[in-house]
Amino acid sequence: MRHVQTVMGFPISVDIRDAGDFTEGVASAFDALSDADRRFSSYRRDSEVSRINRGLHPPADYSDDLREVLAVGASVQRSSHGAFALRVPGGAGLDTDGVVKGWAVQRAADILARAGAHNFCINAGGDIVVRGNADEHSGWNIGVRSPWDATTMIAVFSLHDEAIATSGAYERGDHIVDGRTGLAAHADLASVSVIAPSLTMADVLATAVFALGADGLEWAVHDYQCSVFAVRSDGSMITAGPLPREAAA
Amino acid sequence: MNKKWRGTALFATILVTMGLTIGLKLYTGAGANLAAASSAVGVPAASAGTPSSQPTTSASPSASATSSSSSGTTSSAAATGTATISGAVEQTPYGPVQVSVTFSGTKITAVTELQSPNDRDRSVEINSQAAPILAQEVLSKQSAHIDSVSGATYTSQGYAASVQAAIDKR
Repeated sequence: MRHVQTVMGFPISVDIRDAGDFTEGVASAFDALSDADRRFSSYRRDSEVSRINRGLHPPADYSDDLREVLAVGASVQRSSHGAFALRVPGGAGLDTDGVVKGWAVQRAADILARAGAHNFCINAGGDIVVRGNADEHSGWNIGVRSPWDATTMIAVFSLHDEAIATSGAYERGDHIVDGRTGLAAHADLASVSVIAPSLTMADVLATAVFALGADGLEWAVHDYQCSVFAVRSDGSMITAGPLPREAAA
Repeated sequence: MNKKWRGTALFATILVTMGLTIGLKLYTGAGANLAAASSAVGVPAASAGTPSSQPTTSASPSASATSSSSSGTTSSAAATGTATISGAVEQTPYGPVQVSVTFSGTKITAVTELQSPNDRDRSVEINSQAAPILAQEVLSKQSAHIDSVSGATYTSQGYAASVQAAIDKR
């Protein structure tokens, strides 16, 4: 079954290849995504993040979800020497978006798996979690689009129980900020895709590598279990870590 | 429709120029990577992703041969049910590019350069490091179908949910 719904400002699609009715599992997964949006959105005045930024929510009252998200952000901030940050110079305070998207979608995938789905793919505005296989024989063939043309695939990876996230400035302008300067990451990279066991890490690392530039690839595969595929601004490609290149026919 | 050719055009430019510039002289010396880079142009997708541990038969020579004559298809094995289609002229960062693509069924079996950028020396320099990677990607992207597409986050304002569904079905 397939289901598409817009949450957190982007379309999220679920493609389940198992036989059976997963309506309830899918509903639970999307409920969790909506919960995350209510808790973390800086556009919602009553979100936990907004209340923190208005000085109305002391650390002692932080929710478990928030603590988890902050811990992920703090860890990658340390290891990236500040290139990734949830509070940036000149920013509007705490902004958890850099972690929440991947984290929330990964949690939705876990919920769906607990509901009995073994073979599925969730695509959240270009960031993807897959479980199991696309059919009896092969994994999920995931294309990475060209930074310059949404219909051109520049690579296809066959994925099983893992996630892929792609960062680039081509869709929403300079939306990736270098945590060290608070300015738009001036990119020698046009696009960064990270494959990791969870979308939580894939998403955060794709953002961090984009901010770090080409040097970030080695950093990511050295510090984390992941593979990186990047396109430089001149159109050439660089990779780090083992990439599951061979897509199934 | 035209945009579809842009990526292919870049690949073709890069790979064919590799073949032209370095040529057969280095074919044996430069080792597996060069062979793999050139073979992306002429070899059917069946060998996708395997960086030529086997000898690359006529793939590399035919790649440079067809590009200098600016037309024609390669003599690769999959000859039945082929169709050759010329793409429109595309402006790339390296200049105008036009290619023709040969399909066997739905698989691309050959990419031939009809027009290439003027400053190919520069594009060779920029891309030479990446060529072995490109070759593998060209091969692997010919997979029969794509289940889903990864890209930088797009918003629902620009892209309705129906678009996402369409992308997923590619």
